[in-house]
Amino acid sequence: MDNFTPVSALAGGVLIGLASVWLLAANGRIAGVSGILHGLFAQPPGDRRWRAAFIAGLILAGFAWHALAGGFSPRELGLGWVALAGVLVGFGTRIGGGCTSGHGVCGLGRFSLRSLVAVMVFMATGMAATFVMRHVL
Amino acid sequence: MISAFGAGLLFGIGLWVSGMANPRKVLDFLDIAGNWDPSLLLVMGGAVAVTAVAFRPLLKRKPMDFKTRVDAPLVAGAALFGIGWGIGGYCPGPALTAISNLSVEILVFVPAMIAGGLFAKIVSPAGPGA
Repeated sequence: MDNFTPVSALAGGVLIGLASVWLLAANGRIAGVSGILHGLFAQPPGDRRWRAAFIAGLILAGFAWHALAGGFSPRELGLGWVALAGVLVGFGTRIGGGCTSGHGVCGLGRFSLRSLVAVMVFMATGMAATFVMRHVL
Repeated sequence: MISAFGAGLLFGIGLWVSGMANPRKVLDFLDIAGNWDPSLLLVMGGAVAVTAVAFRPLLKRKPMDFKTRVDAPLVAGAALFGIGWGIGGYCPGPALTAISNLSVEILVFVPAMIAGGLFAKIVSPAGPGA
């Protein structure tokens, strides 16, 4: 566990929580990133502006961080795997109605049983898939 | 509009501060059989500690309609999402904020994720919502 970073993890988590509270308080919206993204492509046009604004902020945060602290080096993961992972994440979050933020940060924060089940399921299958990728294949 | 932009910006900064924008760190959490990194638990714990306190009064003042049923699409969708997450190490938030890497990997992942969502809409046209 030499890679455990408790202080930055907790600090970053609090910032994510504050951002979610901010979006609910100011916009009356749940900060579920998959739902915000999918809605951008699926909703009637009137609903798109806040979604685009949130995602623009999310993307800009990456470029700001990159300029100040740098990004991370790419891995050796075949692009076929990357594409499969992307499709599964997009498909699964759309069918399951949420991801780590919508079901995790926000759903658990309102003590939703539905979200708790989702979190337990995707944690379990995530661990299983990582096990197969890292230790079996 | 501006408030949603600010919320997204802060959310993204939180992802970078926590280390979760890096898929390697996420996979080190999911890899319980390897050199396990429990950091993600503290990220989730820190975030949920904040939402658990602040969401209740906000939702009491302005109630929202949430789905409550634990049904097959929820479980199947979460299971598939988890598999994709475990393969790539990206969930939607980190994937979007990691576009700044401008790596081939992320430029393949994000369009694939959007395509997966569009395909799901064809299969199951019900609206999104956690």
